[in-house]
Amino acid sequence: MKDIFDFNIGIKKNLLYLFLGGLLLCLIGVYQLVNSDHGHEESTEIVTSYISEDGHSEFHWYKRVYSNLWINIVYFLGISISAIFFVAIQYVSQAGWSAGILRVPLAIGRWLLPGSVLMLIVFAITNHDIFHWTHEYLYDKSDPRYDYVIDGKKAYLNLPFFLGRMVFFLGIWYLFYALILKHIAKEDKLGGTASWKKLFTISTVFVVFYAFTQSVAAWDWVLSIDTHWFSTMFGWYVFASWWVSALALITYMIIILRDNGYLDFVNHSVIHDLGKYVFAFSVFWTYIWFSQFLLIYYANIPEETIYYVERLDSDFYYPFFLVNLILNFFFPFLFLMTRASKRFTRFLKVACPIVLFGHFIDFYLMVTPGVLKENGGFGFLEIGMLLLFLSAFLFVILNGLTKLPLVAKNHPMLDESLHHDI
Amino acid sequence: MSDKGVKFVIGIYDDEDILLDAISSVRGKGVNIHEVYSPFPVHGIENRLGYKRSRLSIAAFCFGFLGTCLALTMMIGMMTIDWPMIIGGKDFLPLPVFIPVTFEMTVLLAAFGMVGTFLVVSDLKPWGKPKTFDLRSTDDKHVMAIEIEKNSMSETQLKKLLESNGASETNTKLMEE
Repeated sequence: MKDIFDFNIGIKKNLLYLFLGGLLLCLIGVYQLVNSDHGHEESTEIVTSYISEDGHSEFHWYKRVYSNLWINIVYFLGISISAIFFVAIQYVSQAGWSAGILRVPLAIGRWLLPGSVLMLIVFAITNHDIFHWTHEYLYDKSDPRYDYVIDGKKAYLNLPFFLGRMVFFLGIWYLFYALILKHIAKEDKLGGTASWKKLFTISTVFVVFYAFTQSVAAWDWVLSIDTHWFSTMFGWYVFASWWVSALALITYMIIILRDNGYLDFVNHSVIHDLGKYVFAFSVFWTYIWFSQFLLIYYANIPEETIYYVERLDSDFYYPFFLVNLILNFFFPFLFLMTRASKRFTRFLKVACPIVLFGHFIDFYLMVTPGVLKENGGFGFLEIGMLLLFLSAFLFVILNGLTKLPLVAKNHPMLDESLHHDI
Repeated sequence: MSDKGVKFVIGIYDDEDILLDAISSVRGKGVNIHEVYSPFPVHGIENRLGYKRSRLSIAAFCFGFLGTCLALTMMIGMMTIDWPMIIGGKDFLPLPVFIPVTFEMTVLLAAFGMVGTFLVVSDLKPWGKPKTFDLRSTDDKHVMAIEIEKNSMSETQLKKLLESNGASETNTKLMEE
């Protein structure tokens, strides 16, 4: 069994090609945008935008780039923090089955720091273009564009408090991650159960802290784009999407690592458990998604339905709405239902990337209609940006995978994981 | 009485590890084991006994599907065909609104159907009489039952085989059909 992940030049080369390909697609996308007649100003479609009094929000090509940047930042940062959450959950529940595979989610967590830095930078550049509420004039009663509703939310949605929350959450999350890393490295060196007990305490505090802050982060980073709209389900909805993406990525990475000769103790039972995670939380996501949708659909209150009107009544977003449901519910539900499909890697190798892409579409649908209104698009730019971020993300986590041995050396429950049988 | 019923050889085991090894070696001799009873779940026993996967999930699917059909028939019959009403500005066939009830009916019937099927199949039905080869299998002993007629070995041979594989006691029992 190979003990340390070998991040060789071949993998690095492939990541570089991925990066360059993404960059090329991005440039083509931007070139197309700049040269096309990007203003649908003459369009007679129902303008669902309520941003400006004259009925049209100004659209510049770079808004679409910003929107894509933000989607990818939220998506990958969420996967990263959810992977850390996965590690914490295993320690809180004192799980033995996962003791051998925890280094993989731990490595995914390495994106948290670069992702946080990117998020702060991108927010500094894009705040007015993505977050409507950052405009000063909305709060100025003498200005014709004064917005009564947004002014009412000023106590919560103001720049210093928002930025403070962002830095605070990211900082504390990273602190917990650093602590978890430190004690896991210590356990490898010293052995014994002291580190494991410490990790239990740290993880418990982290899980509670994360439960609160994740919801607030979801309101801040995603929900506040549609400033007038609100949904009490939104925190969970974003959590479910992040969480199932992280689970799909963890499963996929473990399978690929095993195929390449690492983690050879991973048997059908471990794969089965991971597959059950992906299956169950795909259904959980649907449950949350549908709970949010049904209440709004049933109550039919205009200020709530606007979110779905933007997505369902638009010729452009409606197909994405259906694709989102198909990729994230119908496909994993039917495809992963049987026992065999969760025990054999060839099924999961198909399902996991599709679920991951499906949740990218989910975030695309959360962010884009609110930022770009009727000017949204899906083309070279979107795919290119995704590849760009994916290559950077993979580089960071694969590099992180080399920093510690692939299997815990002294985890007290390691033996249970090595002989997991269900 | 003596010619009515089926004759079984019964082996009593004290320890589940001995039991597991005994199952393997008895089956290895080509003996067909009727059933093994134990007071608690023994890990890996179903593999040793060569059990195929339970078909209970098929029953669960059928009952669940029945629940889906019943719920949809009921709601569409009432709300769309028999007495169409506009509620909350929805059309006469508001499928999203039907989903929660359909889901609940599916789960309810799947669960009830599965439990019912299980009780009937494993002789725990109210009108049934559960087979108890040895009462101690509900306390601290594992009981292996082998039907004599279904095996080529004689009664004494079977008893010897069980004893050589760690049975603490062997009996013959006549079970009524």
